[in-house]
Amino acid sequence: MLTDTLELTAEQFAAGTGWEIKPQGACKAEVCVPLDGSAADFNVRAVAERLGMAIVTDATTAMSAIGPESLGDRALATAQAPELVLKDLDGNEFRLSSLHGQKVVIVSWAPY
Amino acid sequence: MVTASLELSGPEASRRYIEAAHPSGRPTHPSLLDPTHQLDALFGVVNIPNVIWIDEQGIIVRPPEPGWPGGRQEFPKEMLADMPDLGRAPGAPAEPVDGPGMWAVLGSGQDRLSYPDAIRDWVNNGADSPFVMSPGEVIAASQPRDAAMSQGAAHFELANHLWRAGNRDAAIEHFNACHRLQPDNWTYRRQAWSLVGNDRVGGDYGRFVQGPVLGEEEDWPFESDFRSEVSSRAVGSYYPSTL
Repeated sequence: MLTDTLELTAEQFAAGTGWEIKPQGACKAEVCVPLDGSAADFNVRAVAERLGMAIVTDATTAMSAIGPESLGDRALATAQAPELVLKDLDGNEFRLSSLHGQKVVIVSWAPY
Repeated sequence: MVTASLELSGPEASRRYIEAAHPSGRPTHPSLLDPTHQLDALFGVVNIPNVIWIDEQGIIVRPPEPGWPGGRQEFPKEMLADMPDLGRAPGAPAEPVDGPGMWAVLGSGQDRLSYPDAIRDWVNNGADSPFVMSPGEVIAASQPRDAAMSQGAAHFELANHLWRAGNRDAAIEHFNACHRLQPDNWTYRRQAWSLVGNDRVGGDYGRFVQGPVLGEEEDWPFESDFRSEVSSRAVGSYYPSTL
C-alpha cells in the first residue's frame, strides 16, 4: 500500500493491506499472526516486520510503500481469495466478491 | 471470466484490445484495468497471461499460472514491420552461444492447446476435477516471496506512483531496484521497459518495444531488456508448465 505517513491506524492498515488487527493478532481469512500488544498500540513498523512486509520510502517525496506479506516464503498465505477492487474502462467499480457463488477465472494481460 | 490489464498508463492504452473482445465493442465479461498491478501483490501474478481459478466459495483452486484460450498466435505482420531494430541494454546478460533464442523460449513451457480443456474439466466436474488443488497445494504452488521480494513490490508501487506523477527519473530508480529484487517478475519488468520503449518509438505498437533502439543503447535507463533477458533463460522457464 502507498502512504504519505507511517503514522497509520490499524483500520488504515487493514484497508490498505487486507490484514485486520484482532485480539488474536494480524488476520487475513483463517490466518492469524500473533502480535505483541493490542490494536490500540498499533505500530505499523512492528506489524509489517511480523508479516514480512517491507517498507520503502522515497527520499525525495517522502512517500512510502508497504510491500505485500511474505509469510512462509510464498505469495499466498491463504487459499481464500483476497478482495480485488478494480475499475473498467467506464470507471465502474468491480469487486471480486460480487461473483461469490460462481466459478471465476481471472486472466491477467497487458498491452505490451 | 474476469480479465485485468496490467498497465499503469491509463485506460486508453488498453481500450482497443478490450473493445476488440466483442463485436459490439463492449465485452460481456468484467474487463478491468489494474494500473497498480494489484494482481501481482495480492495473488502472485508474475507474467502475462497468468490465470487464476477461484471456486464458488471464493477459494483459489489454482494459483496464478500461464494459460491461454488456445494455440500460439502470431503477432500481426504490421506490428513486426513497425518494430525498429533493437539493441541490448549495456548491462544485460549476453545471449548464450548456441542458446535456444528468444522465440524458442517464449514458445516453450505450459501447453497452450490443452489449457482451455483443463478449465472446461473444472467447470463440468468442480471439486472432482483432477486440476483442482487443495488449499495447501495452492499456497505451496503460489509464487515464491521472501522479504526481499516484498521490498521489490514496494519499489514497484513507488515507481508506478512516481511515473504517473511525472517524476520519471525517480520512478526509474525504483523500477531498477524492483527488478533487482524480483528478477523473475516479468510484469514488473515489461511494464517499465514498455513505458520507455513507447516514449522513444510511439505509434500503434510502441509499447511492445522493450529494449533500446539500435544505436541508442547508452540512453536506455534500465539494467536489462526483454530480448536479452528471455534469450538468456532456459527453455520452459518463461511460461513454466504447471498442468
